[in-house]
Order: sequence, then C-alpha cells, then structure tokens
Amino acid sequence: MRDFWRALRRNRLALIGGVVVACLAVLAIAAPLIAPWDPNRPDVKKILNPPSQRHVFGTDQLGRDVLSRMLFGARVSLAVGFVSVGIAATIGILLGAAAGYHGGLIDAAIMRLVDLMLVFPRFFLLLAVLAFLKPSIWTIMAVIGLTGWMGVARLVRAEFLALKEREFVTWSQSVGASGFRIIWRHILPNAMAPVLVSMTLGIPAAILTESGLSFLGLGVQPPFATWGNILNEGKDAIELAWWLSLYPGFAILLTVLSYNLFGEGIRDALDPRLRRSGGRGVASRAG
Amino acid sequence: MLAYALRRLLLAVPLLLGITFISLMVIHLAPGDPVEVQTGDMTERNIREAYKALREMYGLDKPLHVQYWNWLSRIVRLDFGRSFAPDGRLVLTKISERLPITLLLNVIEMLIILSLAVPIGVLSATRQYSAFDKVTTIFVFLGFATPDFWLALLLMILFGVQLGWLPISGLRSLNWEYLTFWRQQLDFLSHLALPILVATFGGLAGFSRYMRQSMLEVVRQDYIQTARAKGLAERVVVGKHALRNAMLPIVTILGLSLPGLIGGSVIVEWIFAIPGMGQLMVQAAFERDYPVLMGNLVIVSTLTLFANLAADLAYSLVDPRIRVGRRR
Repeated sequence: MRDFWRALRRNRLALIGGVVVACLAVLAIAAPLIAPWDPNRPDVKKILNPPSQRHVFGTDQLGRDVLSRMLFGARVSLAVGFVSVGIAATIGILLGAAAGYHGGLIDAAIMRLVDLMLVFPRFFLLLAVLAFLKPSIWTIMAVIGLTGWMGVARLVRAEFLALKEREFVTWSQSVGASGFRIIWRHILPNAMAPVLVSMTLGIPAAILTESGLSFLGLGVQPPFATWGNILNEGKDAIELAWWLSLYPGFAILLTVLSYNLFGEGIRDALDPRLRRSGGRGVASRAG
Repeated sequence: MLAYALRRLLLAVPLLLGITFISLMVIHLAPGDPVEVQTGDMTERNIREAYKALREMYGLDKPLHVQYWNWLSRIVRLDFGRSFAPDGRLVLTKISERLPITLLLNVIEMLIILSLAVPIGVLSATRQYSAFDKVTTIFVFLGFATPDFWLALLLMILFGVQLGWLPISGLRSLNWEYLTFWRQQLDFLSHLALPILVATFGGLAGFSRYMRQSMLEVVRQDYIQTARAKGLAERVVVGKHALRNAMLPIVTILGLSLPGLIGGSVIVEWIFAIPGMGQLMVQAAFERDYPVLMGNLVIVSTLTLFANLAADLAYSLVDPRIRVGRRR
C-alpha cells in the first residue's frame, strides 16, 4: 500500500487528473449553491447573448445561462457515469466470478453470452433499445450499464482462473468453506484491484456514451440540462452561437481526460504486473 | 487450417441464433400500454398505431417459441418487412442503399488510420520518452477524450461557417448535376473531408497507442537481440524483424474494430447528414420505425460476426501459433 501511494505521487499527470476529478465532483454536488442563475429560467430579453461578465459562457436560445446549465449538467453526467458503471460492474463481477470459479459448462455458457453481447455494435443496440423505452435519466443509466459489463466479466474471470489455483483457496476448500464464501471473502478481494481500475476507466466511457446519446436527442431529455443536450441545441444555432458548442464539449473533454489520466495512474501504481494489461481483454478474443 | 476454420464456423451458429433471439427480446421491450411512451415528434395516436402494427407483424400475442420460429424464418428469407415511415419501402432495400456508403467511408478512414498509426507507433516506441513520443502520447490522450460530435461541431464552425472552405452536410452539392465529371469528384471529396477527419482523429489515437505498446513488447524479445547481435542494420531490425511481429496484435484490433466499420460512426453520419447506416438507425429510432431498427440490428450484427470470423481466420493464417490451439 505504501508503494502504491509512492508510485501514484510520482506520477504528476495522474495527480492532476485526480485533483480535477475531485473538483468536478465538488462542483457538481454544489451546483445549486454556486450556479449564478436558475438553469431552467428562460428570459426572452437575453436570447443567444454571447459570453459577457453577467453570463460568463453566454446564454442559449431561451435566454438561459449556459454556465449554470453546465453546472447542473455535470450532476447528470457524473451520476450517469457512476451508476451505469456500478450496474455494469455488478453484473460483470457476478458473471465473471461464477464463470471463473465454477468453470465447465457454466463458464462456457457465460463466455458465449459475453461473445454474443460483443457482436452487437454498441450504439446500434443502444438506439434499438432506447426507441422502445421512455427516455429518462434512469433508462439511460440502465441501458448503458446493461450493455457495458462484458469487459469486467472477462477481467474478473481471468483473475478467478488464476487465483483459484492458489494455496489459500485450496486451503479454504479443504476446511469446508462454501463456494459462495470462498468467492466472496477470499478470491474477490484479491481480484478487486484490476476491477477498480477498469471501473475508473469505465466512468469516462459511460459519460461519453451518455453525452453522445443526449446529443442525438435520445438520451436525457430537456428540461434536464446535460452537456450532451446543450451541444444538441448548439448544433441548431451553430451559425449564430459558437459558445453553445464550445464550452459543454470542453467540459466533456476535460472530464474524460482527467478520469483517464487518473485511472491509468492508479493502474500503473497498483501493480507493475498490470502495466502491460492494456490489451488483455482484447487479446483474449483471438483464441 | 481447415479443421480450425470449420470449428470457428460451427461456433458462429449459436451466436447467430443468439443475435436473432436478443433482437426479438428487444421488441418485447415495447410496453403494453402505448400511452406510457410519449416523446418528441410522435403523437399518441401514431405510437398506438406503431405498436399495433408491431404486434401484428411479430405476432407478439403468440407463445414465445412460435414468435421466435416466425422471426427466424423471416430472417432466413431476409424478409424484414416494410418501413413504418410514410414511404413504406422494404427495409432490405433501404439498408442496401446505405450500406455501401458507410462501408466506403469507413474503409477510407481505416486506410488513413493504418497508414498513419503504424509509423507513429513504431517511431514513438523506438524513441521511447523522446519529444516525439511525448507529443504523440498527449495527442493520444486528447484523442481518447475528445467527443467526436464536439470535434465535428467545432470543425463545422471553423471550416464551414467562419472560413466557408468546406461543405458541412450531405455528400453532394445542390448543383452537382451541372458540374463536369472532375468537378463532381472534387465536390464529393470535399464533402467527405470533414467527416473523415473527425472519424480518423479518434481512431488514430487508439491504433497508434496499440502499435506503440505492441512494438515496445517486441523489441524486448530475444530474437531482436539476436538480430542486433549478428550485426544487422537497425533499419532492418526494426523494419523487418520487429515490425512484422508487432503488426500481429494490430490484426486482432482491426478485427475488433469491425463492428464500428460496418455500423459506421453513428453520430458522425448524423451530424454531417451522410446517408449511411448510422443515419438510418438514428432516424428510425426517432420515428419509432421498428422494422428498420430490427433489420438494421440483425444485419449489422450478423455482418460483424462474419467479419470477426474472417479476421480470426486471417490472423491464424499470419500467425500459425493460433491454429495449434495456443490460448491467448
């Protein structure tokens, strides 16, 4: 653990990433306190005003303050990122652990399911599913989570395959611990490090997916502001108001970049063994 | 080799059945009460009608195994029904019009990406921690983090609106018919410039990163030491011995990026109004055009499955170790 902190401290980019990640979380939580304007109050006298001292990032088609809408949008984006990754990780851990621990038929069935899910181009599957559902923030979280668990499942399975041969597992089995207890108490804690890393890297991916869907108009619906649907409005006013397109997209970029830097930093610091695992999930597909 | 190919082909059968089954399950997401869904452009009556047509089309009141059998037998005949859109054309016709456009666009992108990513990856691996390596690493992180639709918007504002150099939507100008042949080609290319630039940017980051990583691993191997030790020129060591082996994982990644290749970059097509598969899919999602959605989903994922299969076979041709059953 001390090595971990030392390695992380030495990685300057990861530290910057971590600080930005923390700041974003604080801004999102404190949005109602610090937002200069009501994000949803239209004002016909201030339609599409360029950035000024009163409205730092300008106003939109309805005269709403873009900065305030972005602060509230941060809550949606981060919430979608965290919850959908939580859903994906839960499914991935359960299925991956079952497959890796039991092996045999269970393993084969679960891994074929993973292969199957990976055959669908992600965005096509998301669009097909969303066309049937009532769009809401909960739907978005659920569908992003339900279509994104395959990587975690593979990761956990690989860890379990390696760990279940180790002495401490054999020992637990020999003293009669139940399968559930061995999985939950003995193997899983040892397999959590790479899972946490892949979750940290999964959050920005989920945020990108959400903002893409909201940009198309099939994600989180107005009047809820998200970075994606502000950009969608920006597209309609592209010849009049560059500020509607510039700032929300930059917020997405900054968020995704800092999570990625932070996540990779944790990965490198946690375990030198993992440093080369960039292609692990990918390589397992070839065989 | 033949045995390996046959084994892979057999494994594809349950996946095909799975694709069709999951898409049938997607149809089942349709809520019983259409009033629950009420969004955007659709009126309540429209949605009610769409659901009724949907229920009749797929026989949703019948038992599940009957539904699946009907669905399967229709897919085998490539009968995806007619679009719910006012034009009411065959789903298969609509898809066959759009597939070539998406494929063309993506093949061009992939060629550009590969021709840039391989040299970038090799250079930054052989000069690890040099200025070049650092610059490309920054570029890679930016490439991963930039939302493609945002980049598209910014480029549209810059080149389309402010400078007015490039067209920002569609594949042809309005006066296309009146242009000479060469002007037409130039017009087509200028329409492709921005979409391809956007799509290349993100892909380039991923591929050059993988190339660098793969190259870094290969140059540590013993046979590279040997090649150097027997006095070969560095150019030969890197260009022949290392590069060939470092390219192997790239073949796999190429296979894995095939879903994107066939599915197309949905958002990029939508923004630039390119009439490809991605745009068709988004339109269908907006208009609740279920037959088109289902047809698209089944066809694109089936094509992906076969493309993956082809990539695996190609991989086993270039790397004999795979055939003998070494699990990676």
